[in-house]
Amino acid sequence: MDIPYTSEPRQDTGLFNAKVGIWLFLASEVMLFGALFSSYILLRVGAEPGEWPHGLLNIPLGMTNTIVLIVSSITVVMAWASLKMKNFARFKLFQSITLLCALAFLGIKSYEYHDKFTHYEVWLKDGKIADGHLVENNADTIVLHHAHYVDKEAAAKVTHAWQEREIKEEEITIKKSDIRLREGGKLDMESYGPWHNTYTAIYFTLTGLHALHVIGGAIVIFFLWGPLSGMWKTDPERYTNRIEISGLFWHFVDLVWIFLFPVLYLL
Amino acid sequence: MQATTHALPHGAVAHEAHHEELGFWRKYVFSTDHKIIGIQYGITALIFLFFGFCLMMMMRWSIAYPNTPVPVVGPLLEKVLGADKGVISGEVYNQFGAMHGTIMVFLGIVPLAFAAFGNFVVPLQIGAPDMAFPRINMASYQAFVVGGIIMLVSFFIPGGAAQAGWTSYSPLASAVATQGQTFWIIGMVFLITSSLLGAVNFLATIIQLRAPGMTWMRLPFFVWSQFVTGFLLLLAFPPLEAAAIMQLMDKVAHTSFFLPSGLQISSLGHISGGGSPLLWQHLFWFLGHPEVYVLILPAMGIVCEIIANNTRKPIWGYKSLVYSALTIGFLSFIVWAHHMYMTGMGTKISTFFQTTTMIISIPSVIILTCLFLSLWGASIRFNAPMLFALAFLPMFGIGGLTGLPLGFNYSDLHLHDTYYVIAHFHYVVAPGTIFGLFAGIYYWYPKMTGRHMSEFWGKVHFWTSLIFMNLIFQPMFAQGMAGMLRRMADGGANYSAAQVPGAIGGLSPMIMHFNQTISIAAWCLGLAQIPFIINFFWSIKHGKPIASDNPWEATTLEWQTPTPPPHGNFEKAPEVHRGPYEYSVPGAARDFTPQNEA
Repeated sequence: MDIPYTSEPRQDTGLFNAKVGIWLFLASEVMLFGALFSSYILLRVGAEPGEWPHGLLNIPLGMTNTIVLIVSSITVVMAWASLKMKNFARFKLFQSITLLCALAFLGIKSYEYHDKFTHYEVWLKDGKIADGHLVENNADTIVLHHAHYVDKEAAAKVTHAWQEREIKEEEITIKKSDIRLREGGKLDMESYGPWHNTYTAIYFTLTGLHALHVIGGAIVIFFLWGPLSGMWKTDPERYTNRIEISGLFWHFVDLVWIFLFPVLYLL
Repeated sequence: MQATTHALPHGAVAHEAHHEELGFWRKYVFSTDHKIIGIQYGITALIFLFFGFCLMMMMRWSIAYPNTPVPVVGPLLEKVLGADKGVISGEVYNQFGAMHGTIMVFLGIVPLAFAAFGNFVVPLQIGAPDMAFPRINMASYQAFVVGGIIMLVSFFIPGGAAQAGWTSYSPLASAVATQGQTFWIIGMVFLITSSLLGAVNFLATIIQLRAPGMTWMRLPFFVWSQFVTGFLLLLAFPPLEAAAIMQLMDKVAHTSFFLPSGLQISSLGHISGGGSPLLWQHLFWFLGHPEVYVLILPAMGIVCEIIANNTRKPIWGYKSLVYSALTIGFLSFIVWAHHMYMTGMGTKISTFFQTTTMIISIPSVIILTCLFLSLWGASIRFNAPMLFALAFLPMFGIGGLTGLPLGFNYSDLHLHDTYYVIAHFHYVVAPGTIFGLFAGIYYWYPKMTGRHMSEFWGKVHFWTSLIFMNLIFQPMFAQGMAGMLRRMADGGANYSAAQVPGAIGGLSPMIMHFNQTISIAAWCLGLAQIPFIINFFWSIKHGKPIASDNPWEATTLEWQTPTPPPHGNFEKAPEVHRGPYEYSVPGAARDFTPQNEA
């Protein structure tokens, strides 16, 4: 006996095996991201007044990435439809656009990550906090670009302190001897990496996990598109099914981003 | 299929295989055959079960005779774990405790109950040639092995294994300065991946590969129990994976997901704070409670099969069983916070979870009642599998009913974190689930090997296990109600001030003395497993050969295959004409009518 319904649908369920499998898998993925989104809500609700950052991320870049992913979602469907219409060349074209979109998304995301890792908060001895992008780290001074000073005590009294932050884009040069010291003698300055606060923690975790999904999906799509595309000649029906399955996963990855963008960038 | 033919005993139906011979590695190690994978899972899980039990036997020494060298294995502990003079220190005790729980639950019982029995039996029972995704099945087992190895390796890294209990509560888990917790998390990620792949595979198989005529209400109850278990694993594990990722971030990227503001622990260094320890507990128990039903449902399924077979009667209330299992599956997702009454999450939330917890006891009681009623008026065959299956009923009953006081907020305040809790869930899992699993091993062993396990030694194994299990766990109820807290390396000698005569709040000498009787019973339980281990391996070659492919005269499809079933399982695709438990049908020629009989 061979395993039935590997490519033809079973009559009572109307599905072939892998399609049942991918939907079950996606249900599990929903729970994975669902748990992280729930954690986001719990952390945000539990944050001290004025502590939850707002406007920290670049909305136009986020919007661009959203459009990039939506475009890729369209091309994934078009690629599958092309195969259904037996047009292999058009499939190749559409799927290559999908792959380019994945690369573009990851490129923009890395730029945004880099931006956060160079964005510093510096605590000065006089109680002021300087906030900006570290461009020079000299022996006795540091230089921040797009920088401004923040009054945390005043901010704690205002619910929407981040929204009301007045940002003056200046260049600030700080003497290292003016920077407060932490226990252990290190300078009290910290980039907006995951360790900075619970917002950056959940931001990096959610987008990092999403980026891993983008990479995973892109690798599968690439292999089906390139090295494994010979299957189109030997078993076109199964090959088309595989494209559909990988497409379903890709749509899910897009969908996660559709939720991530407003939650992390806009709200 | 040379090896298969070779293993065939006299009288069994030989099968001509039509595919090419596979080498040893492809056939037994990197196999994609669901039966081999089931056996791989089974043996690996049994080894882990035994290892987890050994950890406990060593901990019982520390509890009964604190600060004295462990006999027999003391020098080994000194050499391998650096235990001073072979005495189990607090750190080592904590490692053993955390790993006992982790190994028993994630590396022992779940792989045995779900993956091993599910893999071997489910495709046979639904009349399928294999699982829907054989290669994913293999990957699932491999991820399981890697996760298990990571867990074991963590004993030997500097500082040893995880020490924060199997629940790994933060901030404690993050604050322990060693890397054992990091290994635990990474190991868990592999185990979660393994169970995810397994669950997808099982569900797709049951949905897609049922033989013609095998409608949903003709599925054996064991398949139903695996179906619900599959959904629990599929949907409950990912939140733990999310939590594990966040705890890993806390550990390696110095985030503060579970570390509150103002927390100052030197091993943590500078942290931003702002996190929530309660968040970990919610995410952990969101898995943790469905996990309890992952442990128990497959055992209920096995017990149901064996009871129907050995009472020679249809199971009483098949539909009630199925709907109860589905209800349990659904409700198990909304009871998790009854593990958290003491966290200060609020009385309103406690009330909600107390209510749902009471509701979920109803379908559990229905299942147990159906199985009890199935015994009514039967002429029961008391063979080894049936004895274990019968013992499952009262043992699980004790475990379940003693859970009610824990489900109520008020009584839980007194019993929380005491030995009462340990006794309660061990009654569910040890003489409950594990007895169900033993029953399954004795029952399906002939299908796997073509030979019976020894009945006599099976009965010795049963009676000794039953007696010692109860001698271990029954006194723990008393200890817990007297106020003895769990997770203390010296069995509460210090904490309870028991050594100070007349101290208020001290535990009585009788309660403290139980520590020693329980420990002795635990070691005896260890000895009681020796007949099983020998019987298990000896019978592969020397057991009594089966008289036919259907030695128990059962109705379900797994007995309608050659023994052991060849690659592809059935000689010709089975067609199903009737329900799963048509025993003693009036007017039939025999007292059983197989499902595929027209």
